[in-house]
Amino acid sequence: MRALVNHRILTLLVLAAMIAALPLIFPSSYYFRVASLVWVSALAAIGLNILMGQAGQVSLGHAAFFGIGAYAVAIGPAHLGVPPWAALFLGALLSAALAYLVGRPILRLKGHYLAIATLGLGVLVALVISTESRWTGGPDGMPVARLTLFGWRVAGSDTWYWVTGGLLLLGTWIALNLDETPTGRAFRALHDSEVAAQVVGVDVARFKLQAFVIAAVYASLAGSALAFMNGFINPDQAGFLHSVELVTIVVLGGLGSVVGSIVGAAVLVTLPQVLTVFHEYEHLLLGLIIIVAMIFMRNGIVPSLSGLLFRRARS
Amino acid sequence: MTILKATDVGISFGGVKAVDGVSFSVGSGQILSIIGPNGAGKTTLFNVVSGVYVASRGTIHLADEDVTGLAPHKLAARGLSRTFQNLQIFQRMTACENVMVGRHLREKCSLLPALFRTPSVTRQNRETRAAALDLLAEVGLKDFADVPAGSLSYGACKRLEIARALAAEPRVLLLDEPAAGCNAVETEEIDHLIRQVADRGVAVVLVEHDMKLVMKISDRILVLERGRPLAEGTPREVRDDPKVLEAYLGHHGAREAARA
Repeated sequence: MRALVNHRILTLLVLAAMIAALPLIFPSSYYFRVASLVWVSALAAIGLNILMGQAGQVSLGHAAFFGIGAYAVAIGPAHLGVPPWAALFLGALLSAALAYLVGRPILRLKGHYLAIATLGLGVLVALVISTESRWTGGPDGMPVARLTLFGWRVAGSDTWYWVTGGLLLLGTWIALNLDETPTGRAFRALHDSEVAAQVVGVDVARFKLQAFVIAAVYASLAGSALAFMNGFINPDQAGFLHSVELVTIVVLGGLGSVVGSIVGAAVLVTLPQVLTVFHEYEHLLLGLIIIVAMIFMRNGIVPSLSGLLFRRARS
Repeated sequence: MTILKATDVGISFGGVKAVDGVSFSVGSGQILSIIGPNGAGKTTLFNVVSGVYVASRGTIHLADEDVTGLAPHKLAARGLSRTFQNLQIFQRMTACENVMVGRHLREKCSLLPALFRTPSVTRQNRETRAAALDLLAEVGLKDFADVPAGSLSYGACKRLEIARALAAEPRVLLLDEPAAGCNAVETEEIDHLIRQVADRGVAVVLVEHDMKLVMKISDRILVLERGRPLAEGTPREVRDDPKVLEAYLGHHGAREAARA
């Protein structure tokens, strides 16, 4: 137990130190921007990992909640006169409500069937966003008003680096907290054996729903942060490919590993940037690297590497 | 006092009557064993009683409350706990965490304090772990507390399931073949454990193929054959019942046994 608590605080300290130290080696503001994108993707992935890695339920439509968060901060101030910061919370609330309402019926499904149902949800939300052009600007997207907090205008890639970094720290802390609680244990229990979890009194439907709502709120907040940061938003952020990207981050980084989601996001966001030097072979190489990584690290990057290290340390 | 009472319970799967008109009752501190040849419907009966399957007929009462058709987690909240014949261990959790999940109903489980890890959550975690460690010691798994449950031996997993079921502090405990695949020493330990549990006032319902164990510890025995009740009584009565011998040994075998 002692070791676990230390491990949790150690993880947070290392992450905080990394966020603080990285700007020292950044040669240009472009790097701040890429790093912020990593933090935002990692935040969404950590939430999805609570659903997939902990509770063992798949969601192939998670970008829907990302999109709702993003469009909430775009539409709220532009059409409804809601202050930007309040729109962020409204978006999260809306995502939670949608996850709750849709989750109740579809979380009864299992495995592939659940995957298809969540995929349907994702497609539906993306469709609404790209067709309701009066509100959303349609396929062209729409501008997002700058976030202002107590007269402080949050702008600039270095500012957003710190804001998204702070959000990621908060999200990491909460996800790590959850692990060693009755709720976290209930998630992991129903993942391994639903029937055994039920007979010791775990209300499986309720906990699946909780995990789904938590994951939706994470994605929504990440979406809002990205929209504010970019000052612009388009329907791709809510689209199927983005859902797949989030699932890829979670699986590549390591199911059930909070740190894994951060590493997965770092790899999947920065790799395309690095690979641009290969021009037209960029996507080919990206796919190849992911395939090779999954073959040699089948539990995901972080669990596989830490397993390797742990075995070395013992022998 | 009768705690668990099943009356005329039946369930069919596509025309096959897996359990057909079975009744039994068990009081606190009693051990009732359910025996019968393979396919007699013992595990199916367990699944009906614990809410995993919904009975197509009959009623189940738990402490005078009609609980027919309630979901397993609601039955657990009313004091019914069970183990599984085919192990249902939380493989990726440690042995201790498995038992801690068993304490689920005894824990406060609200989301917000969990997300922010308030001191009350940490305190409760400490208490739950201490209780889980006590139970692990009781089933002889103390040294394996922090080992992933997936790497435990078969016999150890069987005992881990019992510890997890006991963690809920049940009034009724259903044990589905707790001694299957255990060697003589382990069976002895399980025998001892079941008695201890019953002595504390828990009603125990046991499905088991190890006849030595069944005859030794049961207060009453219910014999099933092809989903129907064949005989019921004390171990002595059941052992001497010609119908039971026939079900197990066949017509010819029963005559041989009677002569011997």
